[in-house]
Amino acid sequence: MSTNLRSICSFMGAGKRVSFFDWDWKSQRWNLVVVAGAMVGGYFATHFLSDVSNVSINPVTIQKLQKIGIDAPQGKLLPDAIFGAEVFHSPQKMLFLIFGGVLIGFGSRYAGGCTSGHAITGLSNFQLPSLKAVIGFFIGGLIMVNLIFPLIF
Amino acid sequence: MNLIKYLLVGFVFGVVLTKSEAVSWYRIYEMFQFDSFHMYGIIMTAIATGVVGIQLIKRKQLKDIKGLPIEILDKERGTFRYWIGGLLFGLGWALVGSCPGPIFILIGSGFMSVGFVLFGALFGTYIYGFVKDKLPH
Repeated sequence: MSTNLRSICSFMGAGKRVSFFDWDWKSQRWNLVVVAGAMVGGYFATHFLSDVSNVSINPVTIQKLQKIGIDAPQGKLLPDAIFGAEVFHSPQKMLFLIFGGVLIGFGSRYAGGCTSGHAITGLSNFQLPSLKAVIGFFIGGLIMVNLIFPLIF
Repeated sequence: MNLIKYLLVGFVFGVVLTKSEAVSWYRIYEMFQFDSFHMYGIIMTAIATGVVGIQLIKRKQLKDIKGLPIEILDKERGTFRYWIGGLLFGLGWALVGSCPGPIFILIGSGFMSVGFVLFGALFGTYIYGFVKDKLPH
């Protein structure tokens, strides 16, 4: 999945300045079509296959979220506190999302894959590098949720 | 190019990740709090399915749709890139609750604010390309 980020950079012309993006991204066009299908699938699932009972997370988790000021799911996939319409008026919230994206984009390319490439297909194929990356994913996630969230919320 | 098959695979991927709630920020938070088996169940089921599929492909030497042998390349050797890259990815994954697949799926679902995450992810990918040769791998 994360390879598509590289393809899109190349599509937008990054290959002229940075050689990493001067590659045969057109051979990855099929992957971009998978992404297009996934976007349609997401639209279909959220608009025609969902109801208010969705995302019934552990009540204990809801209490933890309440303490840091994040609204309970109540059928929503994403919290309004982070992804709601106010984002478009709050540079701070915009930067929060962009910064998260930068970590995802940089980290997945540095590690050579994301959840799909390492956690799912890499581990399925018994790849030791993928195991290292997945352990890294979890250490990073645990640090963020348990050590950094209490500081930023 | 016959693109329909890719579109279909993507469609199923999008529906499954949405309905299993793997695209939900809440589920990622819950996972990193060890409050539920939900995400671990999804990931482990996916890996188990993958193991069976890859073993079948390798042992029966299955061919792809064009009749060519299926080759699954091994990951490059390395240490630093996997630990540090993985760690940075994990920080981002937990912060905005989405990995690259769900970023696209959520935007397709109409969550426009996730566009900022995509912008950041493209920018992060670009930064990597820019500094790649100076990083230890």
